[in-house]
Amino acid sequence: MAVPVMLVVATIVFLLLRLSPGDPALIIAGETAGPEALARIRAEMGLDRPLVMQYLAWLGEIVRGNLGTSVLSKIPVLTLIFDRLEPTLVLALSAILITVVVAVPLGAIAAWRHNSWIDRAVMMLSVVGFSVPAFVIGYILILLLSVKADIFPVQGYVSPFADPLAALRHLALPSITLALVFMALISRVTRSSLLEVLGEDFVRTARAKGNVERRVLWRHALPNAAVPIITVIGLGIALLISGVVVTESVFNLPGVGRLTIDAILARDYPVVQGLMLFFALIYVGVNLLIDIAYVIVDPRIRY
Amino acid sequence: MSANGQAPSLARRGILIDALLTNRVALFSGALLLAIALSAVFAGLITGGDPFLIRPRLRLRPPGSEFWFGTDALGRDVFALVLHGGRISLLVGLFAALAGAAIGTVIGLLTGYLRWLDPVVMRVMDGIMAIPGILFAVALVSLVGPSLFTIVAAITFAEIPRVTRLVRAVVLSVREESYVRAAEGLGIPARLVLLRHILPSCIAPLIVQTTYMFAAAILSEAVLGFLGVGFPPDIPSWGNVLAEGRAVFQRAPWTIIAPGLFLAVTVMAVNLLGDGLRDRLDPRLSRAAKVSS
Amino acid sequence: MTVSEPILRIENLSVALPEGLDRKHAVHDVSLEVHRKQIVCVVGESGSGKSVTAAAVMRLLPEKVLRITGGAIHLEGEDIAAASPARLCELRGNRIAMIFQEPLTALNPVMRVGEQIAEVLRIHRPQMDHRQIEARVVELMADVQLPDPDRLARAYPHQLSGGQRQRVMIAMALALEPALIIADEPTTALDVTTQAQILRLLRELLTKHDSGVLMITHDFGVVADIADHVVVMQQGEVVERGTPDKVLAAPEHPYTRALIEAVPRFRYRPEPERREAAVLAVEGLSLTYRSTSFLGAKRETRALDTVSFSLAPGETLGVVGESGSGKTSLAKTLLRFETPDSGRILFQGQDIAGLAGSALLQMRRHIQMVFQDPYKSLNPRRRIGQSLIEGPVQHGLSVGEAVKRAEDLMELVGLRRDALDRFPHEFSGGQRQRICIARALAMEPSVIVADEAVSALDVSVQAQVLRLFEELQRRIGFAMIFVTHDLRVASNICDRIAVMQRGRIVEIGPAQRVFEAPEEAYTRELLAAVPGFARKVAAVA
Repeated sequence: MAVPVMLVVATIVFLLLRLSPGDPALIIAGETAGPEALARIRAEMGLDRPLVMQYLAWLGEIVRGNLGTSVLSKIPVLTLIFDRLEPTLVLALSAILITVVVAVPLGAIAAWRHNSWIDRAVMMLSVVGFSVPAFVIGYILILLLSVKADIFPVQGYVSPFADPLAALRHLALPSITLALVFMALISRVTRSSLLEVLGEDFVRTARAKGNVERRVLWRHALPNAAVPIITVIGLGIALLISGVVVTESVFNLPGVGRLTIDAILARDYPVVQGLMLFFALIYVGVNLLIDIAYVIVDPRIRY
Repeated sequence: MSANGQAPSLARRGILIDALLTNRVALFSGALLLAIALSAVFAGLITGGDPFLIRPRLRLRPPGSEFWFGTDALGRDVFALVLHGGRISLLVGLFAALAGAAIGTVIGLLTGYLRWLDPVVMRVMDGIMAIPGILFAVALVSLVGPSLFTIVAAITFAEIPRVTRLVRAVVLSVREESYVRAAEGLGIPARLVLLRHILPSCIAPLIVQTTYMFAAAILSEAVLGFLGVGFPPDIPSWGNVLAEGRAVFQRAPWTIIAPGLFLAVTVMAVNLLGDGLRDRLDPRLSRAAKVSS
Repeated sequence: MTVSEPILRIENLSVALPEGLDRKHAVHDVSLEVHRKQIVCVVGESGSGKSVTAAAVMRLLPEKVLRITGGAIHLEGEDIAAASPARLCELRGNRIAMIFQEPLTALNPVMRVGEQIAEVLRIHRPQMDHRQIEARVVELMADVQLPDPDRLARAYPHQLSGGQRQRVMIAMALALEPALIIADEPTTALDVTTQAQILRLLRELLTKHDSGVLMITHDFGVVADIADHVVVMQQGEVVERGTPDKVLAAPEHPYTRALIEAVPRFRYRPEPERREAAVLAVEGLSLTYRSTSFLGAKRETRALDTVSFSLAPGETLGVVGESGSGKTSLAKTLLRFETPDSGRILFQGQDIAGLAGSALLQMRRHIQMVFQDPYKSLNPRRRIGQSLIEGPVQHGLSVGEAVKRAEDLMELVGLRRDALDRFPHEFSGGQRQRICIARALAMEPSVIVADEAVSALDVSVQAQVLRLFEELQRRIGFAMIFVTHDLRVASNICDRIAVMQRGRIVEIGPAQRVFEAPEEAYTRELLAAVPGFARKVAAVA
């Protein structure tokens, strides 16, 4: 599964940058470059060969783990990515942690108290989470808690390995900003899949055995609602990655999200390609792990 | 749960209107959305004058009775910019949602019905979903240059797999229904079975999904603008109003927050409308189908 | 509590329906009693309120929709209609337990079955330690005659057969020796042979345990087999009660009489005299379902194994067997929804086993199908008329002629000519099945394949539809393949019977010969399992 998907991704990424109008060599060399400089770049990058050959050669390099070198800084793309990985990983993991700890119980309570004020409040929060752009939330948080109240620093990154306390203060707002949309998604899915499960026969059986409602919910209903929830956590990784890019821009964090935007705006071709492949690989990898998790969560699923 | 349990047919005319009337939140959202759309269409009449008028003496005025949303770094009225910007932003949202729904429906119908096509198409769709939608859009727009077409195309591309998966799922479940089998058994050709018996089942979830995509596309346009690859500054859109605000945010937070909240209210109205339609038309369609980019 | 005090005494129970329906009460003024070691059967058709009564006793009604508005439910003297939620949790599983209709969905799919039985003990007997609970679970599983309890306790529900799952449900219900066990259609979802085993098990268990059983069923055969006392319900009210001998042999209420009259009995068609050339002949038909798992492991299921038979014009061949016997696969293959691996399907001499494309579409008009579920086999978004003319118009009839034919057919199947512009949901289940028959007949087919076409219908409706089939066949003269799990139904309408087991036809012959002098052990097993069968034979003898 993962291999054909990655192949599709690679093809799209390759075509995106090769089929766009404009001469890639010109984009790389800049508008002012002379004809001989262009010719040199074309030869260097193999742009004078047929498209299919370019594609295969490029694919071959990628399979060997060579994502190319940055046109601007001449640093290998992989090195660039790994240098900027830490802030992004720390941010994303803390957002996922916040989401799972808060959103799953919220969604579960909303389903349990279906049509109550708690349910409506959770649903409303989730609509807000879906509707307010992450950067607006980020700026509002900065305005209220950093500029006006001076509780958290405005921007910047401190590594948790260097100074855990300062890192916590720096990470709090970006993590919450990033987590909000994810929380909206997960609380909704938790609620709807639980509502569905609560209507099933075995829930009635669980009640008929004399289980108290709390136990019916946590012991019988939630494990059966787990498959759609973790599925959406997996699909939501794409949402998270997009969110990372915006959040890092708002809070000026030196992660791979910023690297991506900088590379796109600077038209640093190989870096953009490398990053897209990298993000897709993470997405596919997480979803592969989730496929494995299904087997643990639901004994009916076998591969 | 009730004893007779039979859902009323959705076949009757005016399902949309019927759905709206039975849900107050959806009705209110629809009215709000209509008001916002009208205010965008008649932006010139409402605000009067040129939204691009530069007034250096009035730069960075906070919101007040004269300038509801304050003024930006060039002294332009942010409220006027936002109303004018609504034209492009709503249009982008509408086009992207409709295009995504149309393309995704055709692919979904075919891949759901033709077994041999299914594995190939679904791997391609998985591949598209694996690329973060916003990054793809940013890259495409920055390479090709911003125009209505490129921005709509860039946003649509990422939405196609979701519609495809939705329609395919409906096709896969409906094609096992006895009434589809019965039609096949009458000797009806596959093309007609798809159109007459399977496509109508997709309509309700598609309407809901298209609403969500409309909301997501408006957001995407704003994010593109915010990241600096939206429409050029001479075309007002919510995205580039927000982009203008970034530089002066510390001194004039209203330049981002006012248009941002206006945008948020619009998107929320669309989402609530979608929720209302879903509850009425298709209670089983979960939000899982809508992982916006 | 005196000796004569019943375990369960329902007094004047009423349950209200939500407003706006055609009647006010799901259950109205129902009283009944269940005593120790007694099996009380509540019998009725769908909508009679029998299942609502059962759920009310468990207090498992969705109480926002179905509210208890009057009466009392005394369990061992305690009124549970007024019990608090906490008290209900103490009673459920402990003094009162329930067995549900569909054992697959009634068990938690992600919990091991041993653990699900153990849970009852954990909830109500917190003083029992881990080892005691484990020992008790194994003991209970042995009690309900589950093989190899130690191993089976660690299995998940989907790994068990339907009968084994229902045994697990029964073990769960018996775990704490409750005073009352409520069984809501406990054997309806099971094959006949399994049904007979489960009923026998329930009877046997009552000789060991002191519980009383309140059983809900629609099947008078089950009543004849197991009941000590019968309560007949119609439209939410009790219309008749008494011992099974009295109610079955001398019913007083007209509704009870009609119900019993409608229960299918073994009854045979006269043998047809002439035998023309076959309209349909099947030779060595085999079908294998193949699936490939994610890791590439291949699974093969042999659905049909060298099946051969022939069908004369105007003849009805019954195909009977249990679930998984291949009878539905056979129907699908004859209609060419499946393509067989090998063998021939000769329709009027032409082999249609490999047809494809437009030749297949052309052939389809000659062999038509009537499906099991009348609620799902009409497109809910299209008017009846559209469904009826679709086929004929596709095959070249003008719309005007097709409408005329549809009107005639509506009349022929006993519906109004002018109902063509209505939607399916405006009709009852039996009426819809008539429409489906009309849709098949509109194609003027030579063969009709009916797959469990009356199984989803209430008995009284079932009898009407069967009569309709017979009458139409006499008037129009199509041949029919009638697939059913119910041998009694098959005997009514079929000239010949084919008994299927594991994809093969094990016995085929004239209906009366197959059912009265079966040659194969499997056929005898099926016959012995028919509910109420032994009693009927005894009555005849």
